[in-house]
Amino acid sequence: MALYKEQGIVLRTMRLGEADRIVTLLTQGSGKVRAVAKGVRKTKSRFGGRLEPFTHVDLLLYRGRELDIVTQVEIITSHRAIREDYARFAAGEVVLEAADRVAQERERSVRLFMLALGALRALAGGDGDPAVIADGFLLRLASLAGFRPSLSACAACGRPGPHARFSISQGGLVCEKCRTGGAVRVGEGTVPYLAGLLQEGPLPGAPREGRREGSGLVRAYVEYHFDRPLRAWAHVPR
Amino acid sequence: MFEGPVQDLIEALRRLPGIGQKSAQRLAFHLLKAPADEARALAESILAAKERVAICRECFNVAEGERCRYCLDARRDPALVCVVEEPADIIAVERTQEFRGRYHVLGGHISPIDGVGPDDLRIRELLARVERGELKEVIVATNPTVEGEATAIYLANLLKPLGARVTRIASGIPVGGDLEYADEVTLGRALEGRREI
Ligand SMILES: [Zn+2]
Ligand SMILES: [Zn+2]
Repeated sequence: MALYKEQGIVLRTMRLGEADRIVTLLTQGSGKVRAVAKGVRKTKSRFGGRLEPFTHVDLLLYRGRELDIVTQVEIITSHRAIREDYARFAAGEVVLEAADRVAQERERSVRLFMLALGALRALAGGDGDPAVIADGFLLRLASLAGFRPSLSACAACGRPGPHARFSISQGGLVCEKCRTGGAVRVGEGTVPYLAGLLQEGPLPGAPREGRREGSGLVRAYVEYHFDRPLRAWAHVPR
Repeated sequence: MFEGPVQDLIEALRRLPGIGQKSAQRLAFHLLKAPADEARALAESILAAKERVAICRECFNVAEGERCRYCLDARRDPALVCVVEEPADIIAVERTQEFRGRYHVLGGHISPIDGVGPDDLRIRELLARVERGELKEVIVATNPTVEGEATAIYLANLLKPLGARVTRIASGIPVGGDLEYADEVTLGRALEGRREI
């Protein structure tokens, strides 16, 4: 067993026994890591508030068989503003939940780490609608996992768009020929909204029109392709 | 894997909060080694607690009748209420002997990631207490964790427009602690919450 250094984001914490917690971290170099923080729930713990969700930390970990052990932790950014506003908090929980679902234990993914960190930065930065930032994160996460929705050409046959219907299972807009029963006709602003979420650059560039429908599609799309419900999504004030 | 009743007991213990596989096994074998009447006494006290302990209609603390001892105590200020996550937190506040008001137990904290929203807690009931005009000050004593803070902020947004005074317990450096080891969030809060001496 060996000590190793990592940079990570605290995704969630779970009580363990009397005073400890199991902390789930999304790290830059080791993917998802679950580690025990001993004594962290005691008021005089040397970890203090360093292992709270949303915090970007520098860690020194002791590698264990199943669970690692946190030996040292320093805050890089606490993303404090997320904790101080309810809408940002709820949107931030969407980011943490989805990252937790997608990340694999001990499997390096710098892009996933950077995407999650970018979303938390955007939420803590205070500009932009928290719900839109969460949507942007989710759709970019789906793209990263290989499910980038097609927003102009038909997702099935590639025929150039624009097309009027969106199919979650077929992976985006579909033409009249390819569409299956599940394809829904989308409103005028919806595709620009989705396209805005995927635009290069900081989150989010999406226009406000089309957001209602677009947002619902993002959730359904991500839940379908990751095959998991997103529990936090419904709690984001919209 | 063990067989039959032993395995059942381990499974049952494992469902308790904070108990993992190893602890469950340890507890199960401890109980098996203990005298029969000790095991019986434990089983009976669990049953008795389940049968006799009710939830206070006013504040949702555990109670032996319709109302808990704090809601029944006429010497306690009914206009001052301390909001906590769990009944165990009341015990912690009571130990200070500093508080002479009443309580409100939320039954947890808001945690969207676990699917727990405001409607899953006793927030509507707190709102009703404020709307009835009974409360002058609501002290929010949820845990100083991310979820506890978010719950506090949610409550403040909800209750302040109704004219209630909403306060939050201070957080900062623990007594006997060491400034040098404090993290920046805790120390930042402590500075914000400073007071004249
Ligand atoms: Zn087609
Ligand atoms: Zn009561």
